[in-house]
Amino acid sequence: MGVGHAHRLYRHGPSPVHRLPPHCKIAAVLCFVVVVVSTPREAVWAFGLYALLLAAAALAARVPARFLLGRLLIEVPFVAFAVLMPFVANGPYVDVLGLSLSEPGLWGAWNILAKGTLGVAASVLLAATTELRELLLGLQRLRMPPLLVQIASFMIRYGDVVGDEMRRMRIARASRGFEARGVRHWGVLAQSAGALFIRSYERGERVHLAMLSRGYAGTMPVIDEVMATRAQWSYAAALPAAALAVCVMGWTL
Amino acid sequence: MHVPDGFIDLPVSAATGAVAAVAVAVSLRGARRELGGGPGEGLGGERAAPLAGLVAAFIFAAQMLNFPVAAGTSGHLLGGALAAILVGPYTGVLCVSVVLLMQGVLFADGGLTALGVNITDMAVVAVPVAYVVFRGLVKMLPRGRGAVTAASFVAALVSVPAAAVAFTGLYALGGTTDVEIGKVFAAMVGVHVLIGIGEAVITALTVGAVMAVRPDLVYGARDLRAPLRLASATAGAPAPAGAPVPAGATAVPAARRQAQDNQDNKEASA
Repeated sequence: MGVGHAHRLYRHGPSPVHRLPPHCKIAAVLCFVVVVVSTPREAVWAFGLYALLLAAAALAARVPARFLLGRLLIEVPFVAFAVLMPFVANGPYVDVLGLSLSEPGLWGAWNILAKGTLGVAASVLLAATTELRELLLGLQRLRMPPLLVQIASFMIRYGDVVGDEMRRMRIARASRGFEARGVRHWGVLAQSAGALFIRSYERGERVHLAMLSRGYAGTMPVIDEVMATRAQWSYAAALPAAALAVCVMGWTL
Repeated sequence: MHVPDGFIDLPVSAATGAVAAVAVAVSLRGARRELGGGPGEGLGGERAAPLAGLVAAFIFAAQMLNFPVAAGTSGHLLGGALAAILVGPYTGVLCVSVVLLMQGVLFADGGLTALGVNITDMAVVAVPVAYVVFRGLVKMLPRGRGAVTAASFVAALVSVPAAAVAFTGLYALGGTTDVEIGKVFAAMVGVHVLIGIGEAVITALTVGAVMAVRPDLVYGARDLRAPLRLASATAGAPAPAGAPVPAGATAVPAARRQAQDNQDNKEASA
């Protein structure tokens, strides 16, 4: 939760990870996250290995560490939540730096921090190496309902348009001397939200008519069908497979 | 509040994923009906994609609109209740789910394994709760714009803590940390009642703004457009404006809308 999401998470580059078909990458990231989440939290070293695996993947994708770490900041609200855990959880208490903290709470906080951070890092890596349109095509290849993919692609395509519309309305308000300072100004902002909805909906109607006039009948033609070769699948599977090995070790050791 | 990975254990995450998938599948069917115009229009699913997509883009943008609270803090709209009231429950579930999916996949906001949990809380629970409350109140209260505004206030006020209660239930089933469930409940519901009040004020004001300009776009209040129906049924002449239509950009579409409404009503009365 928080203020506006930073846009342009995609980082263009000529790496082999960028060239992988999107559905391989999505499947790989999903499997990786599932493996990470199912790792026992007591195996602290396993999470270090996962981080190394992700770092290796980032290296292969030529995504700079600074970029990746900067994007991790989206996690900050959960960090705040995780920090609270040792104070509210039950169980045996241990003394840390003079504070009496719950031991299960500390494990819980570690659990959320480690798994959450790895999950965010994996998603950021996926978004950094895959274009929006490719990502949607990949989801479609993974059998997401076509209508859902279409809705998502419209959302992505017009997200910037609607966002810019909102920005222009903000500039218009500001140039008339409006400054939102407190609850008293919610009425004006809500008017803006209402106007934004009407403009968005009417734009949707116009887009629909424009599409109808170009022969749209409910499905989008797939122009560039991406097929994955066996080699590409196995390349993408390297990350979750290595993670699975770590996970098995974490359970057995 | 987007749940990250590792917060809820895997079995419960998988189960909520299944719940979310079923709910989205049902909503896909329902949304075609909600967005498809009248039953006799012959327009079906192909209207759903652009309209639901633009509404999702609106929710996404509206979540970036910050409302200052006090002393430098600010909140933002969650939009579940707003979507339910403006475009109907099925489309609302669909749009909020798509927004959550894209936030998870693209912006790493909310974990991938927690996607089911997030969609279940914020779309599958919050949106229908808001719609049921809204419809119930609109039926009970006297007709009019005030009733719609009041009903949207209560609907949004209820929907946010309802999502928090749903989350508490999921946490009781599959939380990874042993925190007394009473504490989780108190914290989650307490915080979300406060958030819900802000959400309620903004939702009510926004629905009021839309009602003033394009009442036909408020899905939850479609049956309240009685004056238009009566005026057009008598002579088939252009209906007098049932609601104030301001000059400018919205005048043309509104007029087109009304012409369309007249046609619908003629068909209905024939």
